[in-house]
Amino acid sequence: MNKKGSTIEGPALARELFTTMVRIRRTEERILEFQLAGRLTTTMCHVSIGQEAVAAGVCRALEPGDYISSTHRGHGHYVARGGSLHALVAELLGRQDGACMGRGGSMHLVDARIGHLGSNAIVGGHVPIATGAAMWSRLSGDGKVSVAFFGDGAITEGIFHEAANFAAVFRLPVVFVMENNQYAMSMPWSRAVIEYGAATRAASYGMPGVDVDGQDPLAVHAVAREAVERARSAGGPTFIGAQTYRFYGHSRADASPYRDPEEETIWRERDPLSLMQHRLEDEGIMTSAQLEEVEAAVHQELDEAVRSAEQSPPASLEAVLRDVYAAAKGSDR
Amino acid sequence: MTTTTGNVGEEARGNVGRTVRRQRAWTFRDALREGLQEEMRADPRVVLLGEDIGRYGGAYAVTRGLLEEFGPERVIDTPMSEAMIVGAALGMAAVGGRPVAEIMYVDFMTLAMDMFVNQAAKLHCMFGDQLSAPMVVRAQQGFGRGAGAQHSQCLEAWFTHVPGLRVVVPASATDVKGLLKASIRDPNPVIFLEHKQLYGLPGERGAGEDLIPLGSAAVRRPGSDLTIVTWSAMVPVALEASETLAADGIDTEVVDLRCLSPVDWDMVERSARQTGRVLVVHEAVLTGGFGGEILAHLAEHLSPVPAMRRLATPDVVLPANLVLERQLVPDAARVVESARHLVEG
Repeated sequence: MNKKGSTIEGPALARELFTTMVRIRRTEERILEFQLAGRLTTTMCHVSIGQEAVAAGVCRALEPGDYISSTHRGHGHYVARGGSLHALVAELLGRQDGACMGRGGSMHLVDARIGHLGSNAIVGGHVPIATGAAMWSRLSGDGKVSVAFFGDGAITEGIFHEAANFAAVFRLPVVFVMENNQYAMSMPWSRAVIEYGAATRAASYGMPGVDVDGQDPLAVHAVAREAVERARSAGGPTFIGAQTYRFYGHSRADASPYRDPEEETIWRERDPLSLMQHRLEDEGIMTSAQLEEVEAAVHQELDEAVRSAEQSPPASLEAVLRDVYAAAKGSDR
Repeated sequence: MTTTTGNVGEEARGNVGRTVRRQRAWTFRDALREGLQEEMRADPRVVLLGEDIGRYGGAYAVTRGLLEEFGPERVIDTPMSEAMIVGAALGMAAVGGRPVAEIMYVDFMTLAMDMFVNQAAKLHCMFGDQLSAPMVVRAQQGFGRGAGAQHSQCLEAWFTHVPGLRVVVPASATDVKGLLKASIRDPNPVIFLEHKQLYGLPGERGAGEDLIPLGSAAVRRPGSDLTIVTWSAMVPVALEASETLAADGIDTEVVDLRCLSPVDWDMVERSARQTGRVLVVHEAVLTGGFGGEILAHLAEHLSPVPAMRRLATPDVVLPANLVLERQLVPDAARVVESARHLVEG
């Protein structure tokens, strides 16, 4: 039991985070089923199973107008931020109602209405975009915060270095969230960098950095909330290093032979859903019946999303040819 | 190698320099600055960012005085981070800004290529029309300072090969302002390629809005025997060559494309049909240069196919040598020679 006593926010927050993680997990599992059945109109699909707590914890710390940008492994961020399951499934099935009208596939999701500025298939490619959005927030005074999710692979790309320095120099309201799943494809984190510590790495740019257990959504949320508040109050950027794990390979084609089976077993015992479920039960926050209700509700939501997605017409070739360039709009001069 | 004045720099600034008179007239640079100023006064969303553009006034003095007028929140001096400069512009544009970034030399655009090619160009279409990137990235190209292989290139062809980008190559002090204003108002990412030798070029100071739509070429000299299609610093060179050719009885039409994406194909085709002979002149190296694209287009679309030729800098690594560079880049004499080959068969 929590020695300090649970606050009102505590149990409600825990329930919300758990529900978000279940939503992500079941959606990802359904997507894998589609992939196995050959129903996706893309062959590149990277699921975030095992990493749900980071997406859930960070997104819960944001306000409605805030921005996120994401990676090729971005279904979880999209769902956690409140993206439509219908649009997500439709996108993967190559339909017009898809998040990107069926043109983006798994790796390119977006939802401007919820501040999702796009998930990117160039590792680190979206980090400067998130930073630029934060710059606009600072210049315009709109009070928004921008989050960039990226993996351990991104911090060894030069563009990350440029963005981190730029954000610190201009004191931008951006939060850099590294979802360290220990591998960039087959390259272990332990071999890709020398400096593991988030605080030390961040200090070299002149910004605060913090490591956090990425399998604990409450811990992630606490760290994220502090970073978001710092950003919103003109305190500048933060670097968060969340330690997590990909329960599957890099992609469907990857059986991850480069990973030690023992290591995989140890991490699977730290399944964020199981950990949270036990905690909710142990602390009397949810009964097993209530937990099942969450599962059932998500299941129904997902079924409905799939049904409606399947009714959407296929992506339009004409629109692809037409939309290479943006047309002038009313807000243009 | 002797020179008449003993000043190698002065002599060697030949090709384009000879045809550009430095006066206290309205110049290409003045027009650019005024274009930025007008857009910034009219639209608070327009902000400038780049290296040395604020307190220094810009490496080529284009942004001089703008920091004083608009302040550091609208004229932003950045660290040396080309990829991040372009990425920041993209991020700002995606959420409501109208940034105009400056990359000091086109040669440094290489450092930002992912931001141009995989990010800015793709943002609108890839993300199902939900986002757009109304941004301009200005840079300057070209030889003339003996500045060498990494500071003298013309790379416009690269950007034309990326659907989603616009490419503008102004050549005239009179209409560069209208092109810049149109670029700033365009909802797409625009690569605006100036030329280091054109900043001092004199022209007419226009009044009023005078926007020039992207994708419209200009006939700088009407003619009936031969069409020279060209852009940027080769326009004054082509005009000089036309005078020599006129003395030989060859009447040259000079078409200044102004824009390489989109291209004013109507005007190019019309001129090619009229003269039956097309010489494309570009300063960029020959292979893979945009001249090939123009001639291929004409070969596909015109029947009969006009007589065609290209003149460009050979495929070299340009030496940092004022004397050598002017021997490599097309000059009026070489344009005349190429034109004669084309006319005489």
